[in-house]
Amino acid sequence: MNNPVKISTRGLNFYYGDNRALIDNNLDIRANCITAVIGPSGCGKSTHLRVYNQIYRLYRGQRAEGTVLLDGKNILEPGVDLPDLRRRVGMIFQKPTPFPMSIYDNIAYPLRLHYKLSRSEEEGRVEDALRRACIWDEVKDKLQRGGPALSGGQQQRLCIARAIAAEPEVLLMDEPTSAIDPVATNKIEELLPELRRRFTIVIVTHNMQQASRISDYTAFFYKGRIVETDTTAKIFTNPSDKKTEEYITGRFG
Amino acid sequence: MTRRPPYFRKACNALLGLLSLISIVLAIGCMAWVLCTVCARGFSVLSADFLTSPCKPYGEEGAGIGNALVGTLLITGGAALLAVPPAMAAGIYMAEYGNGSRWAAFLRSAANIMMGLPSILIGLFVYVIIVVPAGHFSGLAGTVALAVIMFPIIMRTTEDMLNMVPPALRESALALGMTRMRATLCILTRAAKNGLATGVLLALARVSGETAPLLFTAMFAYSSPSGYFREPTANLPVLINEYTMNSPFESMHEIGWGAALVISIIILTVNIITRILFREQSR
Amino acid sequence: MQRTDKIFRLVCLLCALPAALLLPGMLLQLLSNSAEAWHTFGLSFLWSSEWDPAAGKYGAWPGIAGTLLTTATALVPAVPLAFSAALLLTEVPSWLAKPLSHAVDLLAAIPSVIYGMWGLFVLAPLMQEHVQPLLARLPGSTLLLGEDNSGFGFLTAGLILALMILPYMCAIMRDVISMTPPMLREAAYGVGCTCLETTRDIVLRHGLRGIIGGIFIGLGRALGETMAVLFVVGNIMEPPAGLCSCGTTIAATLANNFAEADGLQRSALFALGLVLVVMSVGIQAGAQYYLRLTGAKRGETI
Repeated sequence: MNNPVKISTRGLNFYYGDNRALIDNNLDIRANCITAVIGPSGCGKSTHLRVYNQIYRLYRGQRAEGTVLLDGKNILEPGVDLPDLRRRVGMIFQKPTPFPMSIYDNIAYPLRLHYKLSRSEEEGRVEDALRRACIWDEVKDKLQRGGPALSGGQQQRLCIARAIAAEPEVLLMDEPTSAIDPVATNKIEELLPELRRRFTIVIVTHNMQQASRISDYTAFFYKGRIVETDTTAKIFTNPSDKKTEEYITGRFG
Repeated sequence: MTRRPPYFRKACNALLGLLSLISIVLAIGCMAWVLCTVCARGFSVLSADFLTSPCKPYGEEGAGIGNALVGTLLITGGAALLAVPPAMAAGIYMAEYGNGSRWAAFLRSAANIMMGLPSILIGLFVYVIIVVPAGHFSGLAGTVALAVIMFPIIMRTTEDMLNMVPPALRESALALGMTRMRATLCILTRAAKNGLATGVLLALARVSGETAPLLFTAMFAYSSPSGYFREPTANLPVLINEYTMNSPFESMHEIGWGAALVISIIILTVNIITRILFREQSR
Repeated sequence: MQRTDKIFRLVCLLCALPAALLLPGMLLQLLSNSAEAWHTFGLSFLWSSEWDPAAGKYGAWPGIAGTLLTTATALVPAVPLAFSAALLLTEVPSWLAKPLSHAVDLLAAIPSVIYGMWGLFVLAPLMQEHVQPLLARLPGSTLLLGEDNSGFGFLTAGLILALMILPYMCAIMRDVISMTPPMLREAAYGVGCTCLETTRDIVLRHGLRGIIGGIFIGLGRALGETMAVLFVVGNIMEPPAGLCSCGTTIAATLANNFAEADGLQRSALFALGLVLVVMSVGIQAGAQYYLRLTGAKRGETI
């Protein structure tokens, strides 16, 4: 697997006020692969992920330094078109975040923001996105119902559908299964191989079995540094760093 | 898919920022304007004499607001005595015994509606139930009117504050073998005391500036407030009304501004002190 | 031990009873005292605009129309101002938001009589000298504004009311907006929304119940406010002829006439009071009903 590099991070430092949360991160994310980001709580996994779509810019006092190249262009530069960046880099959060509108509008809303579509085109795209998130059969009869009325697992798949509807290039998943039950988790994991064909996926997870099951590459974070990054097979069978070995064998974390 | 150009969206966004800025400047600016006017015109008449000598009809020298100040304190203080204990007990009932029952839901919405009722109607109500049977206006009637306004406010605040106490605290108090009454009075109200104090004091500050309910109850008088139980009683809000709205004379307007400044200072001071003293400790 | 608890519960219940009794008591008292007026004029009291104590003729229309007009005039500027100010309070850094926020809370505490006084001595002259002559130059303005140029009237009263209810609504909206879950906001920005779009389509919808609640609290205040209006509305018993014309509201009519009224006029004033109660309770109930009706569309689970 030698896909081209989609996101290339060099010398990334991240600060919460004066507190340095990421230290000299270097990481390559390969296109159409699933990269798992693992590490103990508070090690900077989520923080690192949140740099990719610049969502941290909502908060004062949070800043990033270094270079993060998305298709060769540095997204940390000041003049970046944030709405467009976030269209290209979709995100799925720890807890499902359905918008307070109908199921249909949940998907159609981001589409309408970024594209000019006729009514029929829009309907087609919404259906397509829901099908690809494997939730179409469950919601096709109640598209006008409210999104927040779905179950937790359905809500999360709705959010995946919403994220992929706008045709992003990268999908960021921040512990997408930590707040939902095992059955729903399974369904989401089953989606990933299919999604990988069209998108580059970066997934933060607490669950090491999950990481080893679904990912192609794995990066291990510890105290804001990237300790080791390699193919998942290598990390989980023959890690080169002692810390990594201790973590994946469950000795701390 | 055709992309939608982002320029229009971005322009709208910038416009929103600008509008927000303009509106807050406009809002705070107008408010500052009101306060500055009150300060500027009120300070010129403010003096120790002004605060102590009684108000007088037009033409008499040395008029002040002394009796109205005392009257306002009497009427509001009386309202607090009359309303706070039962309102708190009612709030306790709602929070401790009323959970989920229809009866409590009914009481709650009745209190909410009461809170939204125009205060002049409360004045009308108290006029009918107290002034008419007694045959005269009195400071006491004004007290009752203000108490009726305070009651639902304090009842709802008490309920909300008690509901914010973690249920584990209630359970552990009961688990120690305390009666429900002791648990509520000794543990829960103590845990919620900052919120309760804030609620009571802010309600008090709010009613102390109410004018409309006093028009037909306490009314207004030039005499000292010794006739609190039998006679119309002077008070600051109605004095402002009498001296500005119902008087064409410049000298009386000045006294009105002075009274407005005094009542604003009282209310703002109570507000500020309450907020500083009883600020939530967690912050 | 069981007994003290029972007694305590009973005492608390007794104290809660006034909450249940006051409202029906008030309605009953208004009804019985206004019986004479309803009997004399029937329902036409509501739309008759005659108010002639000498002839013994009374109608509620000047008061009703005036109340509705001042309330509407107050809400039109106050709602967008309050919302955008609240938005700013939740978006700016905390060293700026905190003092501004406290200022808003304090301003909500200033008694209405002071706003009324300010309106009488500062705003009304300003309206008369500068604003109304300017408005009068607009084409067709006499139709909309009326021909009065005294500085008093519905427009002035509405502006004072707007100023008065602004801090209330702003404080409530600020609390509602700041209760939006941070992750929902992030998700909105995450699909590429601008700040405007996040606010309009996510924050506003998510907190719609609270925002509307805030608007209605402001509306309720404006509807029943006496003092701020009394000073500047002009107090003549005529239905509004235009935005700048003088008139009255129900609350102002009560404040002006009640002390000297007796007999049929007093009964008519009680009837006006009843109309005011029905208006304010009716509007609140209508709002609740509307919110429940549209709740499902916004994805509320109730």
